[in-house]
Amino acid sequence: MDNIIIAGKAYSSRLLVGTGKYKDFDETRAAVDASGAEIITVAIRRTNLGQNPDEPNLLDVLPPSRYTLLPNTAGCYTVEDAVRTLRLARELLDGHTLVKLEVLGDPKTLYPNMMETLKAAEILIKEGFQVMVYTSDDPIAARQLEEIGCVAVMPLASLIGSGMGILNPWNLQIIIENANVPVIVDAGVGTASDAAIAMELGCDGVLMNTAIAAARNPVLMASAMKKAVEAGREAYLAGRMTKKLYNASPSSPVEGTIAGSHQQKDRDKS
Amino acid sequence: MIQLIVNGQPQRFPVSPAETGTRDTDAVALNVTQLLEHMGLQGKRIAIERNGEIIPRSKFDQPILVEGDQLEIVVAVGGG
Repeated sequence: MDNIIIAGKAYSSRLLVGTGKYKDFDETRAAVDASGAEIITVAIRRTNLGQNPDEPNLLDVLPPSRYTLLPNTAGCYTVEDAVRTLRLARELLDGHTLVKLEVLGDPKTLYPNMMETLKAAEILIKEGFQVMVYTSDDPIAARQLEEIGCVAVMPLASLIGSGMGILNPWNLQIIIENANVPVIVDAGVGTASDAAIAMELGCDGVLMNTAIAAARNPVLMASAMKKAVEAGREAYLAGRMTKKLYNASPSSPVEGTIAGSHQQKDRDKS
Repeated sequence: MIQLIVNGQPQRFPVSPAETGTRDTDAVALNVTQLLEHMGLQGKRIAIERNGEIIPRSKFDQPILVEGDQLEIVVAVGGG
């Protein structure tokens, strides 16, 4: 089996999905199921005071017994907020330590603040968390995060929620070449071909939310993404042909064509 | 009654004499189980932080909540 191993655990799906921005929990569940994802991200938020106590809870719809929940620190702009959020998540999920760390630097672009991300990662790792970390596509930042003990580095392909696709495949390639932990593209994927390209580059996985949730038909897009990630992975393993501008090497045999036989006869007659 | 700041909002909760705290003999105190019942959150998957520190479930029955405590009560929601 061609599994992805994260913090010592094997997963058969290389597609990780978020659970935000869906119309309702039914759509969330249908999209998650169609994606085949085993690892799904969740956010940690204050309870709505005065909400209907019978309101369904995300964890009833997506039970931790069936999925590996990956609590995130989305919306955190400081080390302290990120660390507190994940401590609460660990308590909420009965000691679960696999987490997604992101420390943002700017509300407009949601670009990560790498200085703060490194500091938060260090604290969390000391406290026993297994940190999958959202990072810029800076190969040095990615290397440092691996060195301090992050279990996966997750560079952006383009900005969160932008759907702009893979803007700097060269940086991703450098990160992939140097990494000894899984490299998972997180953010920026817009459609199936983007996911396939990420996998063809040699990424170990792809994490996405908006590309599925904001599609006209999220469940169908989730299925498309599943296939794209699988196809891209197989293409990577298969090893693509070399690109060349041109090379007179047709796919069909050069010998034995009937083409030109008439002209040959005509020439013989004359 | 004691006032707690829950998720940034001041809220008042009744405390019966039987629930008077053991941590500080002068203060009335509430335990987390009682608080969650008042809020209709009993049995829900939540995590709770008091003045920046997690309250482990093992302490939910200890009367540790006192006047002015800042609490954060969180749940898992959809997110990417």
